[in-house]
Amino acid sequence: MSAPLLQVDGLAVTFATPRGNVHAVDGVSFDVAEGEVLGIVGESGSGKSVSLRAIPRLLHANATVRGRVLWRGQDLHAMDDEALRQVRGGQIATVFQEPMSALNPVLPIGLQIDEVLVAHTTMDRAARRRRGIELLGLVGIASAATRLDQYPHEFSGGMRQRAMIAIALAASPALLLADEPTTALDVTIQDQILKLLLRLVAELRMSLVLVTHDLGVIAETCDRVAVMYAGRLCETGGVVDVFERPRHAYTHALLRSMPGEGAARSMLVPIPGQPPRIDAPVVGCAFAPRCAMVEARCATERPALLAQGTGHASACHAAARLAEAAA
Amino acid sequence: MKLLRRIPRPLWCGLAILAVMLAFSIAPDLFAPYDPLGFDFAALKAPPSLAHPFGTDQFGRDMLSRTIAATVVDLQIALFATMFPGLLGTLIGLLIGWYGGIADTIFGRLVDLVVTFPFLVLVIAIVAILGPGLTNMYIAVTIVGWVAYARLMRSEVMVQKNGEYIAACKVLGYSTPRILFQHILPNAIRPVMVYSVTDMALAILLGSSLGYLGLGAQPPTAEWGVLIADGKNYLTTEPWIVLFPGAVIVLAGLGFSLTGDGLADLLEVKR
Repeated sequence: MSAPLLQVDGLAVTFATPRGNVHAVDGVSFDVAEGEVLGIVGESGSGKSVSLRAIPRLLHANATVRGRVLWRGQDLHAMDDEALRQVRGGQIATVFQEPMSALNPVLPIGLQIDEVLVAHTTMDRAARRRRGIELLGLVGIASAATRLDQYPHEFSGGMRQRAMIAIALAASPALLLADEPTTALDVTIQDQILKLLLRLVAELRMSLVLVTHDLGVIAETCDRVAVMYAGRLCETGGVVDVFERPRHAYTHALLRSMPGEGAARSMLVPIPGQPPRIDAPVVGCAFAPRCAMVEARCATERPALLAQGTGHASACHAAARLAEAAA
Repeated sequence: MKLLRRIPRPLWCGLAILAVMLAFSIAPDLFAPYDPLGFDFAALKAPPSLAHPFGTDQFGRDMLSRTIAATVVDLQIALFATMFPGLLGTLIGLLIGWYGGIADTIFGRLVDLVVTFPFLVLVIAIVAILGPGLTNMYIAVTIVGWVAYARLMRSEVMVQKNGEYIAACKVLGYSTPRILFQHILPNAIRPVMVYSVTDMALAILLGSSLGYLGLGAQPPTAEWGVLIADGKNYLTTEPWIVLFPGAVIVLAGLGFSLTGDGLADLLEVKR
């Protein structure tokens, strides 16, 4: 197997705030292979969005980033700005959560697509126009030629997200980063947008990193999943492996708190407590205070990310016990 | 058509006044009954009459013609004394709002420095150093006036640059100049546009003040402030020489103010 397209290795992000340093991401590693769909899942504040935004170096000036982000073997965080600009948009594209605020309100959609093409291709005006129409068609926007000249406020929420995706796809990137692309949309539209993303990934042979807090979305769309908690990576692996054989107590608890295939009206098992504060480094396992399977060393010793099978790894002291319980 | 109906009434009034002024300045000969520089020794300091609706001055020059001829000079002052500081201030505000840091700190102190001086005093001081005349007046106004525009622009850019669409621009790999001028500028320019129209009213007043003081337009060029300066010695005996140009200054100021306020309403800019 060839080297993965994107390698994130030991990524750590600290924000300097007036009230001290916030450790938003703490030692996260994952790979994305060509054509693969990776889901990053976690609750609010688990660092999933920050991890995603750290990939194209899109963090505010008060963020300190450690670790490496290798794109086709090149470290994006060591690259000069000019080279980074070529990668951004050209090879790695990003879709944001809020399609309204991510589109420039004063420019027509067509112009915003056109700009990407000007920046990353050598097409002439007529070719760019054709490509714009083709892209809107690709993301399922009808009567593309008239839609090109309309402004973002003339689009509905779902249409805006489609336009956003069209802009992201304009320069045929190899990797799409999607930061909760469906959270701001209503449920029926969410489904359409997810199906659209999957179809595009398959048709255009792209890779996709999808950040979401919705386990259902992960189960439906992703090849592999990375579970995050309090800025740390808990578990990664194939979706089937992780969902059917969780090897981290947090993943295990998370899956049990979801309505499943079991009998209707059966009780869900919530996870008690709150995520830890991350304005100081967390000692031991971050999940220990809420964990049902906690043992003595969890409070003092941070579990290492250990292999639990092919392509499946978890950072949990209770992994062996989870495996026994399942067997 | 929908936009036309939304135009507030003050804006209509303001635009109407400005349209008349603009007509006067484009084709003064069409409206002026006499040569504004022509002497008529048969009618020195004549009071308003049918022949001379605004009266004549101490050389028998027709005041109506002179007031109309002055319109082009004063509108030019309104435009240039707003445009130069506006362009400079917008550019500086755009860059400072975007880059921030040490430049922003220096800018903050500079603003403190400039706003500490009364505007007019500072302008007069600079014109006094450079010498009187319209060109030097524009230079002086630009040196002092850009600060107001830069402040407006800076605060608006600070808001816009954290917008999600700017993050989107960055990840699409756009260059900084492209993001600044294509994306941030059109989104941040509205308060500056509204302010610039209001500023034109102030520029007219400033231009005529300087003309009155002999620091702006120079006689025999007809300029409203100069006309008032010429007539001030006859204020008690022949008040019309001062009265009509003065009233026209008020009218022009009103025109620009109404337009500025109306635009602010129309564009929903909070001030």
